[in-house]
Amino acid sequence: MNGTLNLLIGLTMGLNLMALGSSRIPSLIRAMSVQGVVLGVMPLLIEHLFGWEAMLRHWPVLLVAVATITVKGIVIPRLLNRAMRAANIDRDMEPLIGYVPSILLGAGGTIAAMALARSLPLLPEHAGSLLVPGALASVLTGFVLLIGRTKAISQVCGYLILENGIYLFGLLLIHATPLLVEAGILLDLTVGVFVIGIIVDHIQRAFDSLDTRKLTVLRE
Amino acid sequence: MECLSLDGGVSIRLCVLLLLLCALCDHSFLAHMKELLLVLLPLAGAALAAVWRGNRTRPWLMPVFGAAHAVLSLWLLVAPPAQPLGSWFGFDPLARAVLPTVSLLFVLCAAYGVSYLRVRAERPNRVFVSLMLAVLGLLSAGHMARHLGLLWIATEGVTLAAIPLLHFNATPRAFEATWKYLLVGGTGIALSLLGSFALGYASLHGGGSGDLTFGALLAQGVGLTKPWMLTAWVLLLVGYGTKMGLAPMHTWKPDAYGEAPGIVGAILAGGVTTVAFTAILRVRAVVAAAGEGAIADRTLIAIGLFSLVVAALFLLGTRDFKRMLAYSSVEHMGILALAAGLGAPGLWAALFHVWANSLTKGALFLSAGNIRRAAGARTMDEVGGMAKLTPVSAAIFVAGMFAVTALPPFGPFFSELRIVRASFAPSGSAIAGVVFLGCLLFAFFGLTRVVFAIVDGRPRVATKLTGHRFPETAGVIVPPLILMALSLWLGLALPEVLSTSWTEAVAQLYPAP
Repeated sequence: MNGTLNLLIGLTMGLNLMALGSSRIPSLIRAMSVQGVVLGVMPLLIEHLFGWEAMLRHWPVLLVAVATITVKGIVIPRLLNRAMRAANIDRDMEPLIGYVPSILLGAGGTIAAMALARSLPLLPEHAGSLLVPGALASVLTGFVLLIGRTKAISQVCGYLILENGIYLFGLLLIHATPLLVEAGILLDLTVGVFVIGIIVDHIQRAFDSLDTRKLTVLRE
Repeated sequence: MECLSLDGGVSIRLCVLLLLLCALCDHSFLAHMKELLLVLLPLAGAALAAVWRGNRTRPWLMPVFGAAHAVLSLWLLVAPPAQPLGSWFGFDPLARAVLPTVSLLFVLCAAYGVSYLRVRAERPNRVFVSLMLAVLGLLSAGHMARHLGLLWIATEGVTLAAIPLLHFNATPRAFEATWKYLLVGGTGIALSLLGSFALGYASLHGGGSGDLTFGALLAQGVGLTKPWMLTAWVLLLVGYGTKMGLAPMHTWKPDAYGEAPGIVGAILAGGVTTVAFTAILRVRAVVAAAGEGAIADRTLIAIGLFSLVVAALFLLGTRDFKRMLAYSSVEHMGILALAAGLGAPGLWAALFHVWANSLTKGALFLSAGNIRRAAGARTMDEVGGMAKLTPVSAAIFVAGMFAVTALPPFGPFFSELRIVRASFAPSGSAIAGVVFLGCLLFAFFGLTRVVFAIVDGRPRVATKLTGHRFPETAGVIVPPLILMALSLWLGLALPEVLSTSWTEAVAQLYPAP
């Protein structure tokens, strides 16, 4: 089990670097949504839910997995894509931290996360798992994107990747506190509002421009 | 009458709510009804405001529900329950020591809000009124949360509910400020969730069940795994410190306070920051129970002094009087963090300072709102001679400024005096005391510089024209006056019930060995 899980966490880390290196916003959104799907599968792996019967027995875990995949993999990327088209931007032209330095920071951060995680004690059942370094690396990636990018949509992607890191960490507690999983979902809600905030902002701007055009029409 | 009628769907929702209340009302809950009502009443008010038809009558819901909340919380202050409601949630001594001031501040701001929204009649206020009440309900939930997850959810809720309040003015600058608030505040709140998880893992790894009620964490005490517990402390301090506005996580504050309406600024500065402060206090108690109280105190003193220095420097530079209030708020949050790190006497003074600061800041924000409206501008380059145009507001503003810079008869003087005494006590840190006094002096220079530039002199020609559009009616004058009077009352005649409530809260956080 640990092997497959670690493979997925490794994939998550790779997607972090992809997100850091992409100059086009659609590929950033794609990296983030694939990461969301990968994360959504993890609770099923941890709970060994492979057959229908097992899935039905642990329906709350299944519910969390399905909700995560739907929200992170489909709903949020769609909203972001729509916002991107509405705002008519495709690239983050002038990032504060360039793409190559971002990747280097991300790679250094991943190595540092591995080293740091070693100094933190783990329970026997989590020993050998990459959950902690994966979580730390995603949080760091999120920070680099939040600080380094200038477009609102890229910043939201950064925030989502940061939040993915917290979700990874929350998987350590999956048996102990089911409420925290719900809290994580609430965090998703924040992101939803975040996204809606941008859209409202753009709609407002669009309305302004529509209004002026209407005024010219009337004058004519 | 038309505007008061409710449609069918609403009455169904109200019935469901009442049924829910009745279901909760069985035997054991009956005694604790007041505690639940502190949260449910404002939320019900928020729901009612969301469906209320009349734009002119709707703002009255704020003072009505605010007053009911204030009555409940003062009642609970005088006659606290023998036991909090449960291990997850309840009116414990710490909630008793802080929540009533939030309630008082809210009801006065709400009374001001009625006049304010009448002036701004051109803007629909459905969302504003509804979310103001929701913020009150969630703040109460945050103060009474005794579970780390519940506390986080309440704080998160407050953060989200405050967003539309911030951009009520709908200017591009307001949207920019809201965006900054979302970005910085959202990151802070994410880090505090990570910290909560880390504390949960500290419990799990230490052989506990991962139960995140503060009671269970305190009971586990030294059983918590050290490295995870310290990681959690740092993350939670940064996370909730962002909500509180401690430097260097304060960057959202000047923009948000500068662009938001005065009442929103007052609620943020006097209410939302206090819930983050009590969160930090509760987590500090867990860290102390695990045997690392000294580290926690040292970090609190360091971050508090850093906030004081940053605020003092920015206060010397700012020319905008609403941003000045934001930096003053950063300064006072620094004072709270410093005081919380100075042991039991410091903590007592910190709880005193929460009251003194919330009430005085409320008066300052509301009078600044009056001045800002009449002047139509916010920097000392554009505004002058407001003592002639808005004499009462200008007088309150000056008095509030002296109160907040610790002039003797007002509340903040006495709370800050106790903090100075705690820092020069053998258990405190004398260097911290010296830096604290130095920063207070610089903050005083910064504040007087801006305030007198605005109040004194001759009014600008442009201001004379706008000034008469917003006369000083009783509705915008009386609430800040009452807040000033309360601040004076705290200084001159501190009620017995308050000081005992603070003593009990200190006893809760510093259990006798």
